[in-house]
Amino acid sequence: MSRASVALAGAWQDRRRFLLSWFALPMSLVVALALGAVMMLALGANPISGYNALIVGAFDGSYALGATAVKAAPLLLVAVGICVAFRANVFNIGGEGQLAMGGLASSATAIALPHLPSVVLIPLVLLAGAAGGALWGAIPGAFKAYFNVNEILSTIMLNLVAVQVMNWLLAGPMVDKTQNSTYGLIPETELLPRSSWLPIIVPNTQLHLGVLIAVIVAVGVWVLIYRTSFGFRVQAVGLSRDASRYSGMPVKRTMTVAMAVSGALCGLGGALLVFGSISHRMVTDGSLTGFTGSDGFNGIVVALFGALNPLWAIVSAFLFGGLLVGGDALQVATGVPADMVTALEGLVVIFVVSLEYMRRRSRATAVAPSGRSKAPPSKAPPPESPPPEAGAGDGSLVAAGERADP
Amino acid sequence: MSHFFTYAILTATVSAALGLATPFLLAALGETIGQRSGVINLGVDGIMLLSAFNAYFTALKTGNLFYAIVVGMGTGLVMGVITAFISVTLKAEQGISGIGVYLFGLGFSDLLFIKLVGTPLPINSLNPIDIPLLDRIPAIGGMFFKQTILVYLAFLLVPVVTFLLNRTTFGMKIRASGENPAAADSVGVNVSRVRWSAVLIGCTMAGLAGAALLLYDGIFMENLTQSEGFIAVALVYFGAWRPVGVMGGSVLYGLAIAIVLEWKSLGIIPLSASDLAATAPAVITILALLTVARRFRQPAALGKPYERGG
Repeated sequence: MSRASVALAGAWQDRRRFLLSWFALPMSLVVALALGAVMMLALGANPISGYNALIVGAFDGSYALGATAVKAAPLLLVAVGICVAFRANVFNIGGEGQLAMGGLASSATAIALPHLPSVVLIPLVLLAGAAGGALWGAIPGAFKAYFNVNEILSTIMLNLVAVQVMNWLLAGPMVDKTQNSTYGLIPETELLPRSSWLPIIVPNTQLHLGVLIAVIVAVGVWVLIYRTSFGFRVQAVGLSRDASRYSGMPVKRTMTVAMAVSGALCGLGGALLVFGSISHRMVTDGSLTGFTGSDGFNGIVVALFGALNPLWAIVSAFLFGGLLVGGDALQVATGVPADMVTALEGLVVIFVVSLEYMRRRSRATAVAPSGRSKAPPSKAPPPESPPPEAGAGDGSLVAAGERADP
Repeated sequence: MSHFFTYAILTATVSAALGLATPFLLAALGETIGQRSGVINLGVDGIMLLSAFNAYFTALKTGNLFYAIVVGMGTGLVMGVITAFISVTLKAEQGISGIGVYLFGLGFSDLLFIKLVGTPLPINSLNPIDIPLLDRIPAIGGMFFKQTILVYLAFLLVPVVTFLLNRTTFGMKIRASGENPAAADSVGVNVSRVRWSAVLIGCTMAGLAGAALLLYDGIFMENLTQSEGFIAVALVYFGAWRPVGVMGGSVLYGLAIAIVLEWKSLGIIPLSASDLAATAPAVITILALLTVARRFRQPAALGKPYERGG
């Protein structure tokens, strides 16, 4: 290779690295939306009017923006929870179950203590929700830490258990017995005490206090991960369990606690789903996603698109909250079912993780500017082991070179 | 309780359990092949959903169940190409990309269902085939030898996959790629190609599993699988990556579901507690994961993309 071509290759590498690090995530959404347009065309709908309806439904006017923010709040909490667990190298797919457990614990608290004033009851139900979620997160966390049980499988199994327990409670012990229906009872709780409702903070919208709480919590979790010794321990355990153990950190306990915190955040999201709802009841329909509306899975997409950073997750949650809210408008306007948004979310996840490898490679080669012919990527220092500070901006999906057991 | 142990009910329960176990078994056997080569595919549920819908649509339009099964497998194969490209060629994080495939399958199958079919119509079901002579054996015949072709096929695949993995060159390459891809590479095994093939076979079987589930239920609806694909992945761990173990897990799971259904209809489990009883299979799986993780070792390179010199 001549010197000029080496320089040229280096410049191309730099540009590629720049493009990949700043545009990989937005591009993945753009490409997914483009494929969505193809789907609409194939189904005989006009993609321009479809997306127009979606955007208007999600973001046009204060009412739509409020609805989007309300949808985004639980998504944000689930996503932030996933961020915490991911720093400890645990992938929490248990959002669905933790949301359900949080909703149940908070509803039960409100039903048991109906006479407390709002200033006491609202914090109490939110804490109860967090506690319910924490329990449902700590179980797979401890299984992973102490018995090396694959957390992806255990959280999915616990989702199934949680949903069945929820269906049983809402149709049985917790059901609203005052309903007069000839077709059997709807699985829902009684109308929850008015003092437990999350107050609306912007008049003439659905925007309630929970949205503000979710954003504050997201910022708080960013501080927790990147500015506290607990966060440092979590990251250290995520990067290398062995190194953390040798330096005297309680590795297993840290993993368990990280998953409990992750579950607590999802559980808080479950409480928001109940107390920020329009019906002010906990309702399901007997299906797996009747209560959560798949928010446990949508939260995964939000977290990934937010580069697994709690602050970016705020933006990401608002965007995907808008897509989900606008999906209904899309269905009304073009007849394309709102499920298209779920399919697009799947595509976004696929693109984000696929681009991650290219990004890692381009960063590895950038360390050795003479090109791969002289310094193969493996010889370069592992790109994914920056000090905790660097985590603020990087969206590395693989916490260390060693995400050993998925 | 005494009702349960009558001859007819016991036979019916075991017979139903095998039918219920078949989709799990097909999907889990396919996943076993993939995991032995080092690729964990969490998109099984999404693949099953898409295959089930495509098979359903084919059955509705043509009325031919054979075409439906073929289309289901074909859908699995296409999704296998996508999965292998993401996991093997692009070396993406497999735990997460599988969730992407799942969400895509979930959303897209329901999108197609609502748009193309709308109101669910039942399709024909597969006729059970009686195995001559064997079906006359008292009790045993009614339990095991009056099943559909897919049930026989699934259980026949257990020894076939065992043989493939343990007694063929291709199987040895699969196991080597899953245990020590660098060593396999150094003796001339094309790790990428082996993993591609393993994933394609696994996903085709997931497609067949989707078709089998559809034909067992006889109708398609939103989220037909109810996370069965994820359970199939868990059953691979349950069976400690061995086809016979996977079969044991699938049958146990099928039995648990069949017994809960049977006891519910007999009134042994009160209707109010039936949701609670339905958690039994998932709880059993979690407990099994706990014991298996302590006693067996997963393929050493499971979930790790292979990179030369890496």
